[in-house]
Amino acid sequence: MNEAIEPGRAAGPAPEWAGEEPLIFELGGDLARGPREVEAGVPLRPLAELLPGVALRIDPPSVPAIPEPVLARHLGRLARRNHNLHQGIYPLGSCTMKYNPVVNEELARLAGFADIHPYQDAGDVQGALQLMWELERLLCEITGMARISLQPAAGAHGEWTGLRMIQAYHAAHGDTHRTRVLIPNSAHGTNPASAALAGLEVVTIQSNPDGTVDVADVARHLDSRVAAIMMTNPNTLGVFEKDILEIARIAHQEGALLYYDGANLNALVGVARPGDMGFDVVHLNLHKTFSTPHGGGGPGSGPVGVAEALTAFLPLPTVERDGSRFLLDHDRPQSIGKVRSYYGNFGMLVRAYAYIRAYGSSISAVAENAVLNARYLQSQLHGIFPMAVTSDSMHEFVATTRGSRVVGLRALDVAKRLLDYGVYAPTAYFPTTVPEALMFEPTETESKRSLDLLADVCAAIVAEAERDLDHVRSAPHETPVSRVDEVEAARRPVLRWRPPE
Amino acid sequence: MGSTQQAVCGPALGILWATMAYLPNGADERRQMLEAIGAASVEELFRAVPERLRHPVMDLPEPLAEQDLAGELERLAARNQPLGALDSFLGAGVYRRYIPAIVRAAIARPEFYTAYTPYQAEASQGTLQTIFEFQSMICELTGLDVANASLYDGATAAAEGVMMAVAQTGRHRVVAAADLHPETLAVIRTYGRGRGVEVVTTDDVSARVGAGDACAVVALPGFLGTVAEIAPVAQAARAVGAISICCADPIACALLTPPGDLGFDIAVGDGQPLGIPPSFGGPHLGFMAVRQELMRRMPGRLVGLTHDHDGRRAYALTLQAREQHIRREKATSNICTNHALTALAATVYMARMGGAGMRRVAEISVQRAHALAARLTALDGIELADPDHPYLWEFALRVPGDAGGFATAMRHQGIVAGLPLGRFDPDRHEQLLVCCTETTTPASLDRYVEAASRAGRPVTVTA
Repeated sequence: MNEAIEPGRAAGPAPEWAGEEPLIFELGGDLARGPREVEAGVPLRPLAELLPGVALRIDPPSVPAIPEPVLARHLGRLARRNHNLHQGIYPLGSCTMKYNPVVNEELARLAGFADIHPYQDAGDVQGALQLMWELERLLCEITGMARISLQPAAGAHGEWTGLRMIQAYHAAHGDTHRTRVLIPNSAHGTNPASAALAGLEVVTIQSNPDGTVDVADVARHLDSRVAAIMMTNPNTLGVFEKDILEIARIAHQEGALLYYDGANLNALVGVARPGDMGFDVVHLNLHKTFSTPHGGGGPGSGPVGVAEALTAFLPLPTVERDGSRFLLDHDRPQSIGKVRSYYGNFGMLVRAYAYIRAYGSSISAVAENAVLNARYLQSQLHGIFPMAVTSDSMHEFVATTRGSRVVGLRALDVAKRLLDYGVYAPTAYFPTTVPEALMFEPTETESKRSLDLLADVCAAIVAEAERDLDHVRSAPHETPVSRVDEVEAARRPVLRWRPPE
Repeated sequence: MGSTQQAVCGPALGILWATMAYLPNGADERRQMLEAIGAASVEELFRAVPERLRHPVMDLPEPLAEQDLAGELERLAARNQPLGALDSFLGAGVYRRYIPAIVRAAIARPEFYTAYTPYQAEASQGTLQTIFEFQSMICELTGLDVANASLYDGATAAAEGVMMAVAQTGRHRVVAAADLHPETLAVIRTYGRGRGVEVVTTDDVSARVGAGDACAVVALPGFLGTVAEIAPVAQAARAVGAISICCADPIACALLTPPGDLGFDIAVGDGQPLGIPPSFGGPHLGFMAVRQELMRRMPGRLVGLTHDHDGRRAYALTLQAREQHIRREKATSNICTNHALTALAATVYMARMGGAGMRRVAEISVQRAHALAARLTALDGIELADPDHPYLWEFALRVPGDAGGFATAMRHQGIVAGLPLGRFDPDRHEQLLVCCTETTTPASLDRYVEAASRAGRPVTVTA
């Protein structure tokens, strides 16, 4: 029993808060019968006659059918065990946990969007195709790219799609020796993983003390074997790559292309465009910059944009307009092919489209407020945590517990203690180039009050650690479970429920 | 943007902020914050950005009030014809199955849809436990040992399975059944191309798979709805040291002997039929289950059962040493964000229906499809294209003349008669893929037969 959680502490706590929530398999459902089902309404024939020679399951899968009232409470209790954006700040650096407008959820569920089939005739889905066509144009304006494929399902999927296009571009120019990709050591792990999946060799570039790419190191590695340089701008320390125009110049001079990881576009949206900086391929995370919800880990959406010279290689199909009619174009001989089924995570595209239309020409207010909020929070945390770099950061910044007033205070401990205050932890231990890193990204949807509260909580945790480090190191104390043993989880993997012996 | 008003975007600092719905700070707060930072203006915060890059001219429409925004999107939605307003017999990988209301209610909860990937286990037990439940149910459904937390869709799940087989065997050729879903086959080819993986297709996978092959890939059921005898493929693959992969429909798994029991090493598929609406093709849900030996080669998130420091049962992301944020270019996959929320929808669907309920749904679909096929083939000039192959709830129907023309004539009567197959195989241009589910009502079947008896006459196929 977690004694900190008692009746009255949270509104109407269920007694199950006190202990463990049973698994669906333990709720006493029915293995033999499902809920009442419609009648087939046709003359029934024996399955053996309809499916001659087909091996049928002897018993249905051992998944119990749970009565709705029992299932509803199970879900309700589990829901209360999740931190979420309707409860408090979620300052995860690099993840852009901004508020997700409720109206967008309603709109994506309209039957005209949710109940349409990817193989319906184009004439029956003109609204969907128009939305995709318009969204592509909006995103092209915002990024400065010539065309955008809305298909990739997530950022990493967009990275791999973009790299496949870069490979196709070089191959089309008879340039088959370009098998390397330069990636800064501070990059997101997906960058090298996507490069490897595309069959490219990763060359790691060193960064300067402020996390920016070392131009000299880039120049040293640039040669006719380099297909692309992957960059995040602002980088993963939240610092704008001041030498970006020079890097673009030397890359292009050597025949390499420049790839933009759009994870941090929230710092720049509407203020500056990757296309203008010289990037040839750009992926976006609609679930970051354009506010589609994260869903506990997806579905996201990772559209990928290209400069004019690469449009022939876009994945199949593209959305085109012929007069007032919208259609899908599958006839693109130089395309890299299909990267997923159908046309993209359309439900996410509806939400992102609605979000962009709400801001329209004032979209730069997103970046301006995101940077203002981050810089303000950083100013309030000065003196509580040392900062990883002295350069101006933008929409996020990296602090560290190394060198704070309390010797032995780790990033992990601060992260866990924050949970006790109803605050989600910042991203800990990333980027890996900073020891004991805590990366804060408040986003533009936090109020000043909320930022002040977060700063006050951080101050309180450091003050507490000075008095009683053990209490901080054993946090959290107020969450539905205490610190979870991740070592046990990895050492003896139990990845599914099994019936008791 | 179509008929909407255009406006040129310039520096809009401060002017419109107060009216933007999703920005909580007013002018006073912003002034106080700038003072605390020690900056004279917001523009100053962007000084690291070269001036020539700042504030590009963009052609973006005017901002919209929520009411106007809703109106705009509702107008676009109204330009689509939802399946529910038609008699639809479209399937082909995306199915209109009945979604119990509690599924929608669950995924509409902000506690689930606004949460992030559950890195901080103590504040994410809700998401973690539902993923553990999802993994467990997918194992029960497929008859395999370990399932992951989700992948993007069925096609990319199949491609990830192929990449696992390539890594496991060190071989670079894939033998795939010709009746895999064409989109799945196309995606496997795109994934393979970057890594020098060759994909060959055949009607007889077990005869073709050999010692140089990484894997054999088959479908349950095939794209045309038919069920082939696939157990020999798993045996043949094992005999030559190749991995066997079954691309399975999850509802079919509730009725048929599942891939694990048939001897397959990997089952992948699209979980869309489990409580997820068609949504024009996404977001859907990729799933993957494997034999124990392949656990550490799996792509993506895995949730494990463990304990908290007070000994209570708790859940956490685990075996992360496979993943991109730890292993970078040596990771088993590049996947990061997956499809947790649609996996939650599938979890709630499976829990509500139970294994028996899902089997019942499969049976109703089979009964209706076969009843419809019997009535249609009684009409002049209409017959099954593959009469010797057993099928579940989809069948290829040969109609008089071009299937596209037949479908158009049917559509004029409010019926989406199926998917004309000529686009995928020119030899099948006289064929339609017709699907029935528990949402295809008996009255709808009557209307199909009635309309087909008219549209089926060659003379009426003029549209």
